[in-house]
Amino acid sequence: MSARASWVSDTVTRRQFLVSGTTVAGAFVLGIPLRVAGAADDGGDRQLGFFIEIKADGHVVIGTNQPEIGQGVRTALPMLVAEELDVEWESVSIKLMPLGIVKTADGYTWKYGGQGVGGSTGLTSNWDFMREVGATARQQLIRAAASRWNVSPDKCTTEPGYVVCPTLGEKLPYADLIADAAALDLPEESPPLKNVSDHRIVGKKHDTIDARDIVTGKTKYGIDTREPDMRFAVIARSPWLNGTPKSFDDSSAREIDGVLDVFEIQGPAPGEPYQILASGVAVVATSTWAAIKGRNALQIEWDKGPNAGDSSEKFWAENATMLDGDGQIVLDDGEFEAGMAGAEKVITHRYEIPLVSHAPLEPQNCYAFVEENRCHIIVPTQMPSGASRSAAWATGIERENIRVDFTRAGGGFGRRLTNDYVAEAALVSKQTGWPIQLQWTREDDIKNDFYRPGGLHEMRAGLNTDGEVVAWTQRLASASKYYRRPNMPDENLWQAELYSDDFPRRIVPNMRLEYFHNAIGVPRGSWRAPAHTANAFVIQSFLDEIAHETGQDPLQFRVDLYGDERELEYGGHGGPTFNPGRLTRLIKFVAERIDYGRDLPNGHGIGLASHFTFGGYAAHAIEVKVSDAGDLSIERIVAAIDCGYAVHPNAVEAQLQGGTIDGISTALGLEITVKDGQIQQSNFHDYPLARIATFPSRFEAHILPYDENPTGVGEMGIPSAAPALTNAIFNATGKRIRRLPIRDQLKT
Amino acid sequence: MISFQVNSEDVEFDGDDSTPLLWVLRDHFNLTGTKFGCGIGQCGACTIHVDGKAQRSCITPVSTINSKSITTIEGLADGHEDLHPVQEAWLEYDVPQCGFCQAGQIMATADLLQQIPEPSDDDIDNNITNICRCGTYARIRKAIHKAAALQAEGGDDVS
Repeated sequence: MSARASWVSDTVTRRQFLVSGTTVAGAFVLGIPLRVAGAADDGGDRQLGFFIEIKADGHVVIGTNQPEIGQGVRTALPMLVAEELDVEWESVSIKLMPLGIVKTADGYTWKYGGQGVGGSTGLTSNWDFMREVGATARQQLIRAAASRWNVSPDKCTTEPGYVVCPTLGEKLPYADLIADAAALDLPEESPPLKNVSDHRIVGKKHDTIDARDIVTGKTKYGIDTREPDMRFAVIARSPWLNGTPKSFDDSSAREIDGVLDVFEIQGPAPGEPYQILASGVAVVATSTWAAIKGRNALQIEWDKGPNAGDSSEKFWAENATMLDGDGQIVLDDGEFEAGMAGAEKVITHRYEIPLVSHAPLEPQNCYAFVEENRCHIIVPTQMPSGASRSAAWATGIERENIRVDFTRAGGGFGRRLTNDYVAEAALVSKQTGWPIQLQWTREDDIKNDFYRPGGLHEMRAGLNTDGEVVAWTQRLASASKYYRRPNMPDENLWQAELYSDDFPRRIVPNMRLEYFHNAIGVPRGSWRAPAHTANAFVIQSFLDEIAHETGQDPLQFRVDLYGDERELEYGGHGGPTFNPGRLTRLIKFVAERIDYGRDLPNGHGIGLASHFTFGGYAAHAIEVKVSDAGDLSIERIVAAIDCGYAVHPNAVEAQLQGGTIDGISTALGLEITVKDGQIQQSNFHDYPLARIATFPSRFEAHILPYDENPTGVGEMGIPSAAPALTNAIFNATGKRIRRLPIRDQLKT
Repeated sequence: MISFQVNSEDVEFDGDDSTPLLWVLRDHFNLTGTKFGCGIGQCGACTIHVDGKAQRSCITPVSTINSKSITTIEGLADGHEDLHPVQEAWLEYDVPQCGFCQAGQIMATADLLQQIPEPSDDDIDNNITNICRCGTYARIRKAIHKAAALQAEGGDDVS
């Protein structure tokens, strides 16, 4: 039987909504831990609810409802189900579920639980839900067997794949019990979950589910979608921020063999929320190359629009001027003015954090087929429900008639939280009536992004005679990530850039945060660990500077500041508490591993940093060598993460390694700049992601277990990597990097 | 009309001969294992073998491959018992995160091991220039060394 067809066609009644929670976007979530579907008799395979299908041969198919962007959630969530269901991991295969939304009297709600990954919540928001899915199915199987044996269910238990009754000496495979189990009503209460100490699958090393398909080229990403009669489309977008096509000549383009149609795409008015990013001209053809050639042959006269005067140079100058004045005080703890006035020594430094692009390696793409009353979307996305909304916006079709299939995505990094390319694809299919694949080139991607905001940070600390911090302020002039969003008051723009409960809140007695918004016409959005990358760099650099300028050891200074284990209130994402003692433990650990404090050869230096990100903790120790000519080489990296309980340790390690590399790569060479209202970078030659040669073979990634509560792991590995690197550079050379990227600042 | 071999099969292409081989493979032959990442030969996601040598197919016009033999990721394991040793090593270290670049990384490595059967870390740094946006480099390095060892053990002819 086709399990997916059954999942899609099932209607959902009110009593099936058993679990509630919230998504990263703050939407209310209703999930279904188990729906015991009617058992089919057409092949012996049986489905238990939306998530579990047990084949006649005992093989188990587990549905996974979350987008896989490389973070490993497609492996981790089924591990939770398999653990509680009690089956052998080797007997499990995984099936990706489509977007499931259901129209109710109160609007749309989830059919298979909330679907979307961002903010490192893919695992944590499903930790209870997926375990309950497995445990509930196991309980139903036990009840079915008990009924057949005429014993009480509490006389029965399971071993992988079987219900057993030790008293009777009986044993039945799950596959034989499905029809009985499916006929049972769901109990009111969820069954108890296993103790973490009893886990056989969760917390153990397992390989990525799809690894074999990936290394043999079989995995289908969005870009690999091939549907009947599909045409290929590209769009020439305005090179000017908020520019529009004044007129265009498509006669040469239409002469190109394979070009089928050319038409204008209208972007949002300046200042309006983005449904798509830019105005432009679409070319539809019989192949990707014909579409690209057709686009190259277009003659477009652009209206440069209102932002033609925007430039990075102006942006940075304005930021500096702003910091000379007074901004919006968004946090004021203790007696800040008095604390600073009474300080023995005051240290002030400014740091520049550039705009950067996401650049997932799979360029944006989307398949859309818009018919009169329905629409089909196939897309790599982090937010499939957003894809549904984008397609509905573009087509006017009710969301219940829009089918969204999401593929494994070639990277996310926050770029695929927005579905502008889905709206574009739907517009092109609607205009032509054809099934089309919209393909972005790398140039389209680098020049049309929701970039990580850039900003100028001023840090100031007041110290007493013992070198202790008595007053602290961070003053930031930046372009807020909250840009062109509906219902976003100006006084809240800072919230995307300064997380007010972050360290050193509640540790330093007198603390002030001050914000200045510098509006530049560059689209901004969430880039892996959003504001944590900027703030960890700034704070961890500044701690090093304070230590150095007051004659203290950078490690001991941090240990003294973080202090011992205690839970501090943390109201932001990743709360409700922050335990600085967990940072103490991590930074001591990485320092010991790298043998911090030893005598180093000339030109070598070691740097440390640590940070709390969305509930998880990480630290880095990096050793560098800088030659007399200023050539930098990274000699050794030690990274460590404390994510509470590592559900899928193999992926936790991978995310820590990858986050570390992302942080270093970005710090070394990545920056998006604007000149005359245009993004200046276009591809990997001028947006140079680091390659393997940058990273040493001496690269350790450690997981330090803490408790039984998993945190997310996708973003924790990145924020402390860059400051550990620049602190190491300072230790090696005495040169302090206060502007990212590092690029050629070390050259002499 | 351009005639060549893809994974040991004879094929013909009679379209625009300026078309990069990448798009011929993907759009005309539905061999989507070879990926588009940059279109300018920078990232290496499109790496294939032309007569056994690694080449970036996004900047290889199909006109230049007449009578040549192309191997893509789909055909790399042909002639091996199960997988190519590089693919085996990739599985052993569970290298992929998003996985999008890995076909290109594997094709580049297979060629490297033909040139240098036991590459040092410096050899890897100097020859493997493919971009991995997820940052799997730590595992790629280990997997390359492992693939070299598998190849040496098995006496497997890496081609």
